[in-house]
Amino acid sequence: MPVHNLLIRNGRVIDPSQEMDQTADVMIIAGKISSITPAVANSPKTKPKASVHEEIDATGKIVCPGLIDMHVHLREPGNEDEETIASGSAAAVAGGFTSIACMPNTQPAIDNEAVVEFVMRQAARCGLCNVFPVGAITKGRLGKELAEIGHMVRAGAVAFSDDGCGVANPNTMLRAMQYAKMFNRPLIQHCEDADLASGGCMNAGLTATRLGLPGIPALAEEVMLQRDILLAESVGAAYHAAHISTAGAVQMIRDAKKRGVRVTAEVCPHHVLLTEEAIGDYDTNYKMNPPLRTKRDVEACIEGVVDGTIDCLVTDHAPHGADEKAFDFQNAPFGIIGLETALPLLIKVFVESKLLDWAGLVERMSLAPARVLGLRKGTLKPGSDADLTIFNPAEEWVIDPTLFMSRSRNTPFGGWSVRGRVMQTVVGGQVMFDHATGIRNVVALAPV
Amino acid sequence: MRNLIASARTTQRESMVWPHRNLLTLEDLTADEINMILDTASAFEDVSTRSVKKVPALRGRVVVNLFFEDSTRTRTSFTLAAQRLSADVIDFTAKASSLSKGESLRDTGRNIEAMGIDVIVCRHSSSGANHLIAKNTKCCVINAGDGRHEHPTQGLLDIYTMRKAKGKIEGLKVAIVGDVGNSRVARSNLHGLLKLGAEVTFVGPPTMVPGAFAKMGARVVHDFDSVLDEFDVINMLRIQMERLGSNVFPSLQEYSRLFGLTNERMKRAKPDVLVMHPGPINRGVEMAGDVADGANSVILEQVTNGLAVRMAVMFLCTQAQGAG
Repeated sequence: MPVHNLLIRNGRVIDPSQEMDQTADVMIIAGKISSITPAVANSPKTKPKASVHEEIDATGKIVCPGLIDMHVHLREPGNEDEETIASGSAAAVAGGFTSIACMPNTQPAIDNEAVVEFVMRQAARCGLCNVFPVGAITKGRLGKELAEIGHMVRAGAVAFSDDGCGVANPNTMLRAMQYAKMFNRPLIQHCEDADLASGGCMNAGLTATRLGLPGIPALAEEVMLQRDILLAESVGAAYHAAHISTAGAVQMIRDAKKRGVRVTAEVCPHHVLLTEEAIGDYDTNYKMNPPLRTKRDVEACIEGVVDGTIDCLVTDHAPHGADEKAFDFQNAPFGIIGLETALPLLIKVFVESKLLDWAGLVERMSLAPARVLGLRKGTLKPGSDADLTIFNPAEEWVIDPTLFMSRSRNTPFGGWSVRGRVMQTVVGGQVMFDHATGIRNVVALAPV
Repeated sequence: MRNLIASARTTQRESMVWPHRNLLTLEDLTADEINMILDTASAFEDVSTRSVKKVPALRGRVVVNLFFEDSTRTRTSFTLAAQRLSADVIDFTAKASSLSKGESLRDTGRNIEAMGIDVIVCRHSSSGANHLIAKNTKCCVINAGDGRHEHPTQGLLDIYTMRKAKGKIEGLKVAIVGDVGNSRVARSNLHGLLKLGAEVTFVGPPTMVPGAFAKMGARVVHDFDSVLDEFDVINMLRIQMERLGSNVFPSLQEYSRLFGLTNERMKRAKPDVLVMHPGPINRGVEMAGDVADGANSVILEQVTNGLAVRMAVMFLCTQAQGAG
């Protein structure tokens, strides 16, 4: 790749890793952050030392480390009608994400070196953003035999999870923690006791009782989480609780952290925005797993994010075709997409409400997931990879799913008025998305 | 015959026009609307007792029975009701249909609509299935039971039977006993009865009667004997034998001892208590045979009344604006 120098001028640069919040110029040379120079108001343009091939005027915009979504489903291989690595990457950069970690519940599952390599090759071929595969904990995600974690680490897997279901057998989970610790990789658990969930399709409670739908109790999440915390504490392994949704789970993580357990956690926009009542007359765009819970749970999740109990904000981007989502509620698949709506929705919950400042939001969407996954990202320190997100914090817009880059449209947020719009997404020093011109390399988006 | 239709109309509250194309739930109906159905049913009731058991209200209309779950009595009742309104009736069984070939419920509904059907009577094992069909077709959709959600015509015929026997619903104390959590009959009864001013008590073990029902307006009781003598109506739900393995109760014997309506319990109930059951009865499990056949039982009246209620529902829904 030819050397390409990019200058991002006069933006409000927010970088939690250096506690930076100032108007500055960011100089990018050969894909790395070269320097951040404070911009002096009304002064003539400072002359950069290196030649500049491309310049972005970021006046009035926020320039921050590229957002990282550590919980994404890309559906390739296996369900390319719903999403591909290319279309998912396009959705990511359109939503301001420069790195995504993709879950292994593909067909076949990402449970061996070859599939990890396939995912990374497809990601590189499209070349829009960094894609970090999460390998399966067990072969075929069946919860029985350990997958070849060592081989997958060598191929590039950054973490391990059987996401979509939890590892039910405590001895299997114990062994997985002991084993993965050898490679210093975290295990990500989808906390759901299948027997307690017993075929449920929404939160167990008043709305489920009223609608006559089988419920997934909060206990299903909490029983497995508490078990795993005990296991992680005993092993000393790094453990990450995926998509936390209940007040009880937030408290368990808070308590575990106080005791010094190596536990981290994440929460999704829908679990801090919506409650079970939103399902209305069986609208499947509100069907996800874990399910939408109660007001009390939403408030506890928000509090957990604000006080640092919950480290990361993720989307659990789960594309599904319109035909499948048109099934009756009990038979429709779980999940909604989120890459192209997460930033403004989280701005609404945390920044517009003044619960977090901009740095607080950016940290939970970049630096924190980078730390959980052991990535040297989420920072604008000189020498770092030049992954940046530039967004207009003030721009108001209405979410229109027909304009999404994702192949799927399953979102309950269509028509929502939101604030905060991604203007440019820079990955490795290249502008991969520009609000004015779209995705950089459309050829990459051709069907596989 | 015309007089009968006319009388059905005049018994309706003067100013009221039936506003709903579909009958999906009783939760969504007002007290006035429920009473309007009951009054209309009352006008239709004597059709079944005449030598010519037909009125021309739905002549030229086509009703399809779209049943994805096995049912004999509900399907037969709807078929008879439609025939007595002079509608053409088609049976559509899930096993014989393309559903076994993986067609979605939405497509099935649209296909049926494309054949020029006016009324879809649908039973499905999935809660909300009727909402889905109603959203995707212009037919009148009548819910004949969706999962564990609602079974509105059963609720209506139960309430109709109570009203007929007791004169009014307001102030009645009604017990519904059994696997309430899994019961669409219980939910429809609850919504309808509460709207008309009755008090509803759900009785059963906590594994069958979740506490969330208290937030929906029901009283939840786990000790049947402690409240037995309070009720004007005791509606016993059928025990689903297939739930035996799911740990909601340990054995039929124990269930029967704790919650069965035995001869002994009948002695402690109000002398004029109305005994009901949506059928089919497991004699000796939820109810003793003698009780089912006894003087307090209106179980067969429920079946008879079901016809008139279903006639009323089909009649009103097809008269609604934009229907058919």
